[in-house]
Amino acid sequence: MNINDTSPSDRPINIELFKPNLAKRYNLDRIFAFLAWGATTIAVAILAWLLFTILVDGIGTLNWNFIDSFASRKAERAGIKAALAGTLWVMGVVAVFSFPIGVGAGIFLEEFSEDNWFTRLVEINISNLAGVPSIIYGLLGLAAFVRLFGFGRSVLAGGLTLVLLILPVIIVSTREALRTVPDGIRAAGFALGATRWQVIWHHILPAAMPGILTGMILSLSRAIGETAPLLAIGAASFIAFKPNSVLSDFTVLPIQIYDWVGRPKKEFHDLAASGIIVLMSVLLLMNAGAIYLRNRFQQNR
Amino acid sequence: MTQTAGATTAHKIAFQAEKLSVSYGSVMAVKDVFLEIPQNQIVAFIGPSGCGKSTVLRCFNRMNDLIPSAKVEGRITFNGQDIYDKHVDAVELRRRVGMVFQRPNPFPKSIYQNIAFGAKINGYQGDMDELVERSLRDAALWDEVKDKLKASGLSLSGGQQQRLCIARAIAIEPEVILMDEPCSALDPISTLRVEELMQELKQKYTIVIVTHNMQQASRTSDYTAFYNAKATDQGGKMGYLVEYDRTEVIFQQPAQQSTQEYVSGRFG
Amino acid sequence: MTVQSPSTPSQSLWRPNRDRSRLIQTIVKCICGAFAAVSIITTLGIVATLLFETITFLQEIPLWQFLTDRKWTPLFASKEFGIFVLVSATVMISIISILVAMPLGLLAAICLSEYASPRMRKILKPVLEVLAGVPTVVYGYFALLTVTPSLQALLEFLTPLLNVFLAVLNALPFIAIESLPELKGFNSLSAGLVLGVMITPLVASLSEDAIYSVPQRLRDGAYALGTTKRETITSVVLPAALSGIVSSLILAISRAVGETMIVTLAAGANPTLGLNPFVPVMTMTAFIVQVTKGDAVHGSIAYQTLFAVGTTLFLITLALNIFSFWFVRRFREKYD
Repeated sequence: MNINDTSPSDRPINIELFKPNLAKRYNLDRIFAFLAWGATTIAVAILAWLLFTILVDGIGTLNWNFIDSFASRKAERAGIKAALAGTLWVMGVVAVFSFPIGVGAGIFLEEFSEDNWFTRLVEINISNLAGVPSIIYGLLGLAAFVRLFGFGRSVLAGGLTLVLLILPVIIVSTREALRTVPDGIRAAGFALGATRWQVIWHHILPAAMPGILTGMILSLSRAIGETAPLLAIGAASFIAFKPNSVLSDFTVLPIQIYDWVGRPKKEFHDLAASGIIVLMSVLLLMNAGAIYLRNRFQQNR
Repeated sequence: MTQTAGATTAHKIAFQAEKLSVSYGSVMAVKDVFLEIPQNQIVAFIGPSGCGKSTVLRCFNRMNDLIPSAKVEGRITFNGQDIYDKHVDAVELRRRVGMVFQRPNPFPKSIYQNIAFGAKINGYQGDMDELVERSLRDAALWDEVKDKLKASGLSLSGGQQQRLCIARAIAIEPEVILMDEPCSALDPISTLRVEELMQELKQKYTIVIVTHNMQQASRTSDYTAFYNAKATDQGGKMGYLVEYDRTEVIFQQPAQQSTQEYVSGRFG
Repeated sequence: MTVQSPSTPSQSLWRPNRDRSRLIQTIVKCICGAFAAVSIITTLGIVATLLFETITFLQEIPLWQFLTDRKWTPLFASKEFGIFVLVSATVMISIISILVAMPLGLLAAICLSEYASPRMRKILKPVLEVLAGVPTVVYGYFALLTVTPSLQALLEFLTPLLNVFLAVLNALPFIAIESLPELKGFNSLSAGLVLGVMITPLVASLSEDAIYSVPQRLRDGAYALGTTKRETITSVVLPAALSGIVSSLILAISRAVGETMIVTLAAGANPTLGLNPFVPVMTMTAFIVQVTKGDAVHGSIAYQTLFAVGTTLFLITLALNIFSFWFVRRFREKYD
């Protein structure tokens, strides 16, 4: 055959050269589908196993005494009063600082920023920070807040450490919420002679607020479950009083749980399970709230 | 029915559709199509958008099976065999009825792998290098890519990608090639190359082409089917076959008023 | 102009204070910019603290010793600083976890995007989200108090069978295994398995994004060549989504390396070099917790060691994150 000949070759219909072997291929298909469904089932089953174990272990010791007692060396008298109060205090600090900073940074990046070195640097930093292990934030909190600023192992030091940890998440979710606001709203605002900030404050922020709040709740729910960074700043696990200022010593629910799990006695393990039930219930409520907000938001658009 | 034009008797029939209707969920996309596709001819489907011409095309290799809500009624035979019969395997059918899509969709693999993939999967026992070369030659692409068979299929230009997709389709030795607006994403020169190619491929394959471009239909095809859409009670659109005949009849003396209006560019 | 236009009287009613609006806008913009700069300050803070204490550490302990010692006893009288002991534990547990998460997460992603009906997807995705939202201390509880006892019971149940297997093995030349390994109360196996479960949702959701974004026309192209569903997935869809899948796996490994609570609770605090998953070990993160729980005096060698380990951990995760980022950029196929 001439090499430069691009006309169709004299193609023999060599259909018999194909041996599709469909039976074997369909068997492989079935095995593959089985594996895919199997993996998903296993993931669901493990979640069910985990929840079931914790319910069985923890339900027996979950009562009002447990909620309303301080830590104790005796299992039957121990409770999570200090831990719950500490969690509330820390979350208060986290919310107060992370909301304005996170939303402000999100607004800056999404609405104000020009494409310059500063914006790019901030964006690179945010995506990098999202991948830093949480315990490293703990070390930063230990060196900066506990030692350098002299906050000690206080609610403030713990809260600020968690603020740094969840800021990237809040910024990203704020930006996403701002992005869902139609450009028409911005254009309409500018066309009326409003400054960029007036448009943001009066039109964009209200429209984006449900999305921003959803992201905020989800970030807080992540912060509530964090243990490692607070352990790293040296938050105490045995506290028999409620914090009375942001400079008080504190413990939080996950640390209390960690402490009980680490003890050799079975009674404390059950207390840990009860604590987990409380912690997971709080998380579930927060997530339900976030989903509710998200759904209402989507319906209104 | 007058819609199944009788002029197709000169050739053996590849496909025959009888009272073919397709619906997606509760929406009827196309209704009561009667049609015969003769072997080794080029049949063009024309009509305004939403008239169901692509939907009908996708019935011939049962691509509609992949859309869970799609429901096909009526009967389509391929070489006399009902392809929606439960004994007919869609995978095997698609090996025998190739398809080229609206937008070039080469796999993110090398040019060589793009061609060899279908053959390998379907258990081709012959010489693979030879098959790749032959398919690329048949698709008039060999000279342009013979020195870079290892390059990614995505590195080619749009027109080359589409010819690669044609080469990929003919590598598995189909009997029919379905083309769903194969030139709509191509520039005029690439379009011309594909049209020339179709004339050559027609020697060995039956070709059914959906096109928006009436010039293309009149230039390339032997038969033309004109589809139209009408509004339904639910406010949607439903496609139906208006007229099917030899291309010169459709374009010069169509039986239906709406065909006349469409081919003269008065709507659509 | 001499002719009064009819609209002039009302013009006097408009007194926009443009200067004030602009000033407010500038102030707000500066504040928001400062908030955005917090992320830069955080990064600088992390690097500075880690670097500062690590340099002090390296002035006392030569880098060579840090990298080559075969023991890790910084809190004992005879101090040795072989970071490799901690790294080996971290690596082993991370490998076990990715061996769990890769098949589980990837198959779940395939199931969700290719097999599950939209309704099924709507149920399954939140389940994965719940799995991803479980606090790590809960997984630690699960690993230590549920999985380890279960594995011990399973091993005991299988002992007769395993003994037969062992006898057969020992009958072969060159193989002499004295006894069955015993699963200790703290071990890297349970920690690794549960860690794998923890990172599975991450692999699943990131891989699913990658798989989902493969254009439908590629699938159509494959089906039109007469491929089955499995062939379409394994030969076309997965290769097309490869960059996203690989980067999700690397990110998951990075997450596993930095995870603290599961390994601290379930893998123990026993710095041992080696790759035996049945015995207690100590990971980098577990060491950090061990030191910070006790009151490490500022300026002591223990305190500095903390940051030397933190730096090692930071560099490993940073390298993994950068690699994952690079991989996506380098190998992503562009579909318009």
